[in-house]
Amino acid sequence: MTATTTTPRPIPAAEVTSSAPPQRPGASRARRWLAYNRVNAWWLFLVPFCLLWIFPFLWMVSAAFKSQREMLLGGVGLIPTQPTLENFGRAWQTARFGEYTANTITFSIAVVVMVILVSATAGYALGRGRMPGKFVVVGVLVATMFIPHGYTIIPVFRLVNALGLGNGLLGAALAAAGPAHVVQILLFMGFFAGLPDELEDAAKIDGAGFLRTFWSIYLPLSKPIMGSVGLFVFIGAWNAFMVPLVFTLGRPELRTLGVGMYGFFGQYTADWTGLAAGACISIIPIVIVFLFLQRTFVEGIAGAVKF
Amino acid sequence: MTLTATGTRGVPRRTHRPRSGLGARIVEHRWHYLFLVPMLVLFVMFTLWPMVASWYYAFFDWDGVGEPQDFIGWDNFVETATNPAFWHAFKNSFLFSLVAIVVQMPLSLVFAILLNNPRLKGRNVVRLLLFLPVVTTTAVIGIVFAIILDASGGIANEFLALFGSPSINFLGWESTALPTLMVIETWKSFGVTLIYWLAALQTVPTDLYEAARTDGASGFQQLVHITVPMIVPIGVVILLLTFQSSLNPFDIVQATTRGGPNWATDVVSTFIYRYAFDPGDAGLLGPRYGFACAAGVVFGVFTLLVTLLQAPFLRRRRIGGAAR
Repeated sequence: MTATTTTPRPIPAAEVTSSAPPQRPGASRARRWLAYNRVNAWWLFLVPFCLLWIFPFLWMVSAAFKSQREMLLGGVGLIPTQPTLENFGRAWQTARFGEYTANTITFSIAVVVMVILVSATAGYALGRGRMPGKFVVVGVLVATMFIPHGYTIIPVFRLVNALGLGNGLLGAALAAAGPAHVVQILLFMGFFAGLPDELEDAAKIDGAGFLRTFWSIYLPLSKPIMGSVGLFVFIGAWNAFMVPLVFTLGRPELRTLGVGMYGFFGQYTADWTGLAAGACISIIPIVIVFLFLQRTFVEGIAGAVKF
Repeated sequence: MTLTATGTRGVPRRTHRPRSGLGARIVEHRWHYLFLVPMLVLFVMFTLWPMVASWYYAFFDWDGVGEPQDFIGWDNFVETATNPAFWHAFKNSFLFSLVAIVVQMPLSLVFAILLNNPRLKGRNVVRLLLFLPVVTTTAVIGIVFAIILDASGGIANEFLALFGSPSINFLGWESTALPTLMVIETWKSFGVTLIYWLAALQTVPTDLYEAARTDGASGFQQLVHITVPMIVPIGVVILLLTFQSSLNPFDIVQATTRGGPNWATDVVSTFIYRYAFDPGDAGLLGPRYGFACAAGVVFGVFTLLVTLLQAPFLRRRRIGGAAR
C-alpha cells in the first residue's frame, strides 16, 4: 500500500483530490457498481464448470498428440511430453479416415442441396401463394414435428433399395434428406411471406413468369435463410449416424466419419491415441464451421420454438 | 393430393375474392401447387409410407429377403408385448426422456436465466462452450467418453485413484452404465434446450421488468411473477421437442455399449436395429424385419399417446400462426 501511495503519486493524487469533494457519492457509486455486477461472482463457479464441461475435447486433442507409449504409461497430465503426428497418419491412412472425410463431405453436401431445393420451393409456394389447401399442408407439417419418427428405418431402407440406391452415399443422403425438414420449410415460408408483394407485381409487369420470378428475384433474396438452413442441415448431416450406418453396412469403403469411428473402435479398441486422432479429424472441421457461423446456427435452433 | 382436396374447408377466411370459384383458384395457383410437389412426394415417401409400411411388415414373419409373404397375423405384436427384453428397452427409452425433462430442462433454464443477464460479462463465451457438444458427432464423442471412462487406465479413473478411490467401470457395470450414458446424453444435448430457453426469455418484453422494478419487485419476485408465466407457453413447445428428441438416444448407446452390459442400457432404437441389421448381436441367425417393425410400431403408438397427452397444453398457442 505504501509503495503505491509514494511512487505514482502525482496523477492519481490529482484525480483523487479532484473527485474528493463528492467522496461519499463516489464510495456509494462503487458499492452500486458492485451490486450491479454482483452477478459476475458466478464466474467463480463458471470457470471450473466450463473447464470440466469441455474436458472431453481437451483430452481428445491432447491424446491425439501423445505417443502410444505415453498413453500406456497413463497419468493425468494433458500436455504431451513428446508431441507426435504419428496418430494422425495412422488414422488417416490405416484406419481410412481420409476416405471417410471425403465420404462425409459428399454425403453432407448432397443432403444440403436436396433439403434447400425442396424447402425453398415448398416455402415459396406456401409463403407467397394463397391457394386452397395451404393451411392444411402447413398444419400437417407442423403436426409431423411432434409425431414420433426414427423407428421407421426399415421401410426407408427398403424404399431406397427399391429405387436402386441402396448401399450408396446418394441413397443414404436421400434417406437423410427425405423426411420433411419442417423447421427449414417454415423458415423459408416466413421469409418469403414477409417480402413485399410489389416485387412480384413488378416482375409480372416486366414479363417474368412464375419460375423466373422465383429463380432470379425471390431465391437470391433468401440467401440469409439459405445460409442458415444450409448450415443447420450440413451440421446435422455431418453428425448423422444411424442412416449412414445402415446404408453402408455392406460397403465399408463408403463409411462416413461417425460410422468409420464406430468401426475403428470395434476393430482397434485399444488404440486410444489413434482413436483420439480419428475423433479430432471427425470433430474439428465441424467445430470450426460452427465457430465461424455460430450466430446463424444458434438462431436456426431458436427458430424451432419461435415459429 | 388428398391433403389439398380436404383443405378447402380451412379456406373460407380468404373468400374476399368472390369472382373466382374454387376451381378457378386452383388453376390460378397451379405453379404454387407444382412447387409443393417435390416436398409432398418426399413427404409421402419418407414420412407417410414408412409409417404405413411398418404396420404392414409387422404382420409378417420376414427376414428382409424378397417381399414379405409369410403372414402371421398379430403374432409379432404378441411376441413384442410378452418380450421382457423389449419392455426393458422401452423403460430405458422413457428413462432417458424423463432425465431430459426432469433434469436437463430445469437445469438449462437456470443457466439460461443466468446467461440472459446482460450484466454477466463474457456470457457469450459460456453459451458457446455449453453449446459446443451439440455440434459434435454423437457417435464419435461417445467413443471418446468410453476411453476417458475406461476402467483400466482411463483418465477419469486415474483421477479417482489420486484420491484413493477404487476404479469404477462406468460403462462396464450394469449398475453404472445407464446413469453414465444419461449424464453423457444430458451433456450432449444441454445446449439445445439452453438455446430454446434463451429464445423463450428473449420474448419477455423488457418494460415489464422495468415496471416491476419501479414497483419495488425483487429479482426473485420478477422471476416468479413475470419470467415464468411469460415463458410457460413456449415452455410447452420446448417440453414436446425435448421429449421427442430424447426418446431416441441411438447414437450414444450404439457407439459406446451397444445396449450392454447384459442389455442394461438397451433402448428401443438399439433393440430394433439389432433385430433388423445386426442379428448376430441379438443371438439370431438372420434378421427379423417383421418383429423389429412390430416393436417400432408398438413404441411409436405409445410415444404418440404420450405426446397427445401433452397436446391440450399446446392448444392455447396458435400453431397455424406460422401461416400468417
